[in-house]
Amino acid sequence: MTDTTTTTGRAPAVYVPSAEALATVLAPGARPPRPSPLSASLTFGWRALLKIKHVPEQLFDVTAFPIIMVLMFTYLFGGALADSPRDYLQFFLPGIMVSSVVMITMYTGVGLNADIEKGVFDRIRTLPVWRPAALVGMIFGDLLRYVLAATVMLAVGLVLGFRPDGGPLGVLAGIGLLVVFSFAFSWVWTFFGLVLRSEKSVMGVSMMVLFPLTFLSNVFVDPATMPGWLQAFVKANPVTHLVSAVRAAMAGTTDMSAISWMLVWSAVFVGVFGTLTMYRYNRR
Amino acid sequence: MSRRTTGLAVEAEGLKRSFGETRALDGLDLRVPAGTVYGVLGPNGAGKTTAVRVLATLLRPDGGRARVFGHDVVTDADAVRARVSLTGQYASVDEDLTGTENLVLLGRLLGLDKVAARRRAEALLTAFGLTEAAGRQVKKYSGGMRRRVDIAASILSTPDLLFLDEPTTGLDPRSRNQVWEIVRAVVAHGTTVLLTTQYLDEADQLAGRIAVVDHGRVIAEGTPGELKSSVGSGTVHLRLRDPGRRPEAERLLHATLGVPVQLEPDPVVLTARVGGDGTDLEASEQAARALGELSRAGIVVDDFSLGQPSLDEVFLALTDHPAETDGTERDAHLEAAR
Repeated sequence: MTDTTTTTGRAPAVYVPSAEALATVLAPGARPPRPSPLSASLTFGWRALLKIKHVPEQLFDVTAFPIIMVLMFTYLFGGALADSPRDYLQFFLPGIMVSSVVMITMYTGVGLNADIEKGVFDRIRTLPVWRPAALVGMIFGDLLRYVLAATVMLAVGLVLGFRPDGGPLGVLAGIGLLVVFSFAFSWVWTFFGLVLRSEKSVMGVSMMVLFPLTFLSNVFVDPATMPGWLQAFVKANPVTHLVSAVRAAMAGTTDMSAISWMLVWSAVFVGVFGTLTMYRYNRR
Repeated sequence: MSRRTTGLAVEAEGLKRSFGETRALDGLDLRVPAGTVYGVLGPNGAGKTTAVRVLATLLRPDGGRARVFGHDVVTDADAVRARVSLTGQYASVDEDLTGTENLVLLGRLLGLDKVAARRRAEALLTAFGLTEAAGRQVKKYSGGMRRRVDIAASILSTPDLLFLDEPTTGLDPRSRNQVWEIVRAVVAHGTTVLLTTQYLDEADQLAGRIAVVDHGRVIAEGTPGELKSSVGSGTVHLRLRDPGRRPEAERLLHATLGVPVQLEPDPVVLTARVGGDGTDLEASEQAARALGELSRAGIVVDDFSLGQPSLDEVFLALTDHPAETDGTERDAHLEAAR
């Protein structure tokens, strides 16, 4: 990392600071007005896109991982739980889409934890902009990843024989609900990303939360056969409501109760964890 | 609205901040006059970075208070942020992005529209000699270029107060000189600069006033001249050929210079502080006289140097304990006299 002055291979022209050249950039102009919260957030979102452009490998977890999830579980459970993998897929695809994207949200925390250790966050935190903008923008960038993951899974599903009754509009509505929830749920991870010491510990905590949340739900099977206490958990689980809402949308119907519950949970995540996150962010 | 404020840029009283058991700041007082370069000098772990982070609103102090241009850094942090910029010890730009992208990003965040942000970025990259590197990721820059793009980012909005946290640590001499030139230009245009450094000669070159910091508090404050005269302006360092003649040389030096002469662990080496009034001229005169005396007595000197007091020596003089860092800064090394 400590590279010397010979990164170009040839000797670079020696820079001699010139007082005149510096004078032209140092003349204080009128200070532009502060950007609006939305504009600042979008600028930070642009930063996230630039990072994807320069480090495209980071898209691995929103492309390869979802494909593996779909293939693996479709063929693992398909024959046993339904008549065929193809039949199972009609029930299962919206669920695995939700659970994969919800799992991917944890990288928001991991990424933030790595980012904040770097010097650039010091500069960001000394800028006179709307305080949550840096984090909101970061999540905006992540939303793109979620949409990409959902699209990839949908494509794999369609190839394998997923035929949603809701048509393109229903599918779009389902992905829309998923993105809304993921935006809200990401604030849980920004909080852990700020509180925990290392990327590893963020990862550890995320797994501990995500495994029960995604598996103890209606993603893989109908909860009707589960013991009562487990059904109680599954019924309260926000992922269950999200899956029901998305499943209904993709099937061309509307599950108002599931949508309402999902929105309530989303509001709680933003309200509680968004507030905690900003409290930590300002206190570091 | 006047952008350039006279009076005090920074006013800190009794700042305290601990990390666990470590007291990084232990009642730090600081008064930085506006429009000057102010040096905060101290070894690693003295609390310099913590002080900068508190003043730049990145850390809350546990105790004491600080104001930047009259705005409290805790209760009025936003007003402080509108007037300061920070170039941290480690690159405060995004290493994954290119030079241009970094500056355009900041320009947008400071409220410039797309066109203006791009124009500003280009102008800055040109002035800082980074046009060629503009489209490359910052992580591929050399240390000196990285510093420059970092400082360019800091003056994007021509701040009233610029924090530079050890801006030249790890740079080669040429890059260091470039940074010094930039700092001089920045302060000439009315920006106050608060600079932390481990190097006395850097503070000496740039700063109008210096605060020496140790264990989280200021142990000395003044102009570079005042500080140096408190420890003597230079150190004479002699290496004899014959260890047997060291006692004689010691007597001779003591008689000529009238200061205590130190016998170093190496049996042929002696050192002495010279030029107690802070003028270098006298230091070199005294050193020359001492050399003459030794040569008249027929004592062979293999190596001779006259240097500024190192940070170590300043520390030793101010605290009676050595700085926990290797601060051997001898900038006037004269291979000498046989």
